[in-house]
Amino acid sequence: MCALCGILLQSHWAERGTGRRERVFRVRLVNRVLAHYGLELGDWSGRVYVLRDRKGKSAVVGDLGSLWTEAERLAGRPLDPLDPALVAALRLG
Amino acid sequence: MAERLPVALVTGFLGSGKTTLLSRLLARRELGEAAVIVNELGEVAIDHHLLRRVDERTVLLANGCLCCTLRGDLADELRDLLSRRTRGEIPAFRRVLVETTGLADPAPILNTLLAEPVVQHHFRPETVIATVDALNGIGQLERQAESVKQVVVADRLVVTKGDVAERAMVDRLEQRLRALNPAAEVLEASFGEVDPAVLLTPGDRDPREIQVGEPAGHDGDLRAFVLFVDRPVDWSAFGIWLTMLLAARGQDVLRVKGLLDVGAPGPVVLNGVQHVVHPPEHLDAWPDEDHRSRIVIIARGIEKDEVEESLAAFDAAARAS
Repeated sequence: MCALCGILLQSHWAERGTGRRERVFRVRLVNRVLAHYGLELGDWSGRVYVLRDRKGKSAVVGDLGSLWTEAERLAGRPLDPLDPALVAALRLG
Repeated sequence: MAERLPVALVTGFLGSGKTTLLSRLLARRELGEAAVIVNELGEVAIDHHLLRRVDERTVLLANGCLCCTLRGDLADELRDLLSRRTRGEIPAFRRVLVETTGLADPAPILNTLLAEPVVQHHFRPETVIATVDALNGIGQLERQAESVKQVVVADRLVVTKGDVAERAMVDRLEQRLRALNPAAEVLEASFGEVDPAVLLTPGDRDPREIQVGEPAGHDGDLRAFVLFVDRPVDWSAFGIWLTMLLAARGQDVLRVKGLLDVGAPGPVVLNGVQHVVHPPEHLDAWPDEDHRSRIVIIARGIEKDEVEESLAAFDAAARAS
């Protein structure tokens, strides 16, 4: 919170100004990407996200900005949107 | 929340005319009352303006990423200026001008303005101006990585000392600058004189002004290219794609700037420097009939085709979801 004006900190740029419906859609879409790495994202009360791998390890993330760093840590390999294998997987649906 | 005060950055390599430009700008009455933050005292003609000095002090965040560092010195100065302005101890300045050192990386300064908890609520980045010396600019761009970074990050490039250089040399430099950063406006200053209205007007070069046939620039493995997308892009997909791209390749994606058609009446204005992304602005309407998305990307070791294919795949996934 800003000490001078008391306003809560702004949300992440990619999530700003969007509502519940967009958040649900965002989680679904992120999961299309994360499935390629054996990970899954869940929404916790519409406030934070919970990231899980198939072995039961999990991490709480606040927004899209911190999601990818945590996802890379859980996956144990780089998550690159330019990776041709990921691009092909997204195309296949 | 009160309107946030604009902060303009004046960057540029050593001896490229930053101080002269700043002094001339400050002499123009139409600039209004300005607070000026510099690294070295004594050279800027301050006249009626406020002048503060900072030492480059950076706070490295846990992720160790240099562009995500916070310039603690700058944040302290801005907070102090704000407190004193609020208490009426100093005049109610209308804008802040920050002159960086010749070797400074502008990215942490932008990050400080956009991410520091107090600063982000009271100040906003207005524009990044980089001065480039017509006599030495080409050589500096070849030898100094800092100089290239300053050019790439700038919204406006001011070619200085053009009056003492041969025209062919100035033209060659401007061609190089446009190739390095097609999103920036290139201006010429004679003895530091540039109209503040041109230099500091809100917004940057409209990406739609970039010609479709404008050749992609390259500088070693640095590439500048423009992506054109003919149909609306899903905003969620774009946000997911860009955050993931910047997380994976943020050190190499030096600049992302453009207009995005998200299917709304107006476009979304994008502006990012490495991991530092300005809050996207949703415009009410397009100024003309051309509604295609145009995104300028300046990156190291990344090809246009792979970026295009990746974005299209994310967008297609959104449509299928």
